[in-house]
Amino acid sequence: MSLTDKDKAAVRAMWGKISKSADAIGADALGRMLVVYPQTKTYFSHWSDLSPNSAPVKNHGKNVMSGVALAVSKIDDLTSGLMALSEQHAFQLRVDPANFKILSHCILVVIASMFPKDFTPEAHVSMDKFFCGLSLALAEKYR
Amino acid sequence: MVEWTDFERATIQDIFSKMDYEVVGPAALSRCLVVYPWTQRYFGNFGNLYNAAAIMGNPNVAKHGTIILHGLDRGVKNMDNMKEIYAELSVLHSEKLHVDPDNFKLLSDCLTIVVAAQLGKAFTGEVQAAFQKFMAVVVSSLGRQYH
Repeated sequence: MSLTDKDKAAVRAMWGKISKSADAIGADALGRMLVVYPQTKTYFSHWSDLSPNSAPVKNHGKNVMSGVALAVSKIDDLTSGLMALSEQHAFQLRVDPANFKILSHCILVVIASMFPKDFTPEAHVSMDKFFCGLSLALAEKYR
Repeated sequence: MVEWTDFERATIQDIFSKMDYEVVGPAALSRCLVVYPWTQRYFGNFGNLYNAAAIMGNPNVAKHGTIILHGLDRGVKNMDNMKEIYAELSVLHSEKLHVDPDNFKLLSDCLTIVVAAQLGKAFTGEVQAAFQKFMAVVVSSLGRQYH
C-alpha cells in the first residue's frame, strides 16, 4: 500500500491547508489520545499535568507535528527521512509501535473536526496511507 | 455487562438523537468503501464502485448506509443488553454475509470521522471516548456469534 503520486499530491495539498494550525492540531490530538486511550498515559508518567490543555501536552503536540512536517517534506523516502526519529523511538523512547496507529487516528479525527469540508474521503484515504507509511518508517529501527 | 456512566449514556443519546441517519449513514459507508477499498468485496452487486465519485453517488450505497445507521439505533435504544440485541445480526453477518469482523472496526472508524466532522469542537476527547466505547461494544456484539 505505497504512496502513489496522487496520494503525495493529496497529502501536500492537505498539509498546505492545515500546517498553519499544526500546533493546535498536535495539542488536541495528543490531549484527546490521553483521554480516549488511557493506556497511553503510561509513557508520560514524568509529566506534572496530563490534562488536555496543559503546558506539557501543548508542547509535546508541537513536537509531534514537527515530526509530521518533516515526514511531509521527506514523503518520497520516509524510511531514510525519518531514520533519526526512528532510532530515537526504538532505542530511547521505546514506544510500542501499536500506539502509532492510535495517535494517527486521533490526528485524523482532529483534522476532520477542524477541516470538515477539506477532509473528503479522497483526502482521507491518502492521509491514512501517509500515516501508515510514517508509522512504518518510525518503526524501522525497532528490530 | 457493560457499565455506562451517566455522561456516556447522555452523550450517546445526544449524538444519535441529533443525527440525520440518511446523511450520516451514506457518508460513513461511502467513506469506508473509499478509504478501505477491500471492503468493496461485500458489495459486488451494488453497481458502479469504480472511483470515489461513483461510490459517493451510488444509490445502493446510500440506501445501505441508512440501513446500517438504523441498526446502530437499536444499540442506542438498548445500551444495557447490546449483546442480545445484536445476536441475530451477528449470526447474519457470520453465516449469511460472511463478513470478516475486522471490517466492523473499519466502518466504526469512518463513522467516528464523519461524526467528528459534523460536531467540530463539540467532539471533545471525552465525547470521542464515549462514542468509541459505544462503537466498540457494537463491534464486539456483532462479532460475538462467529465461530
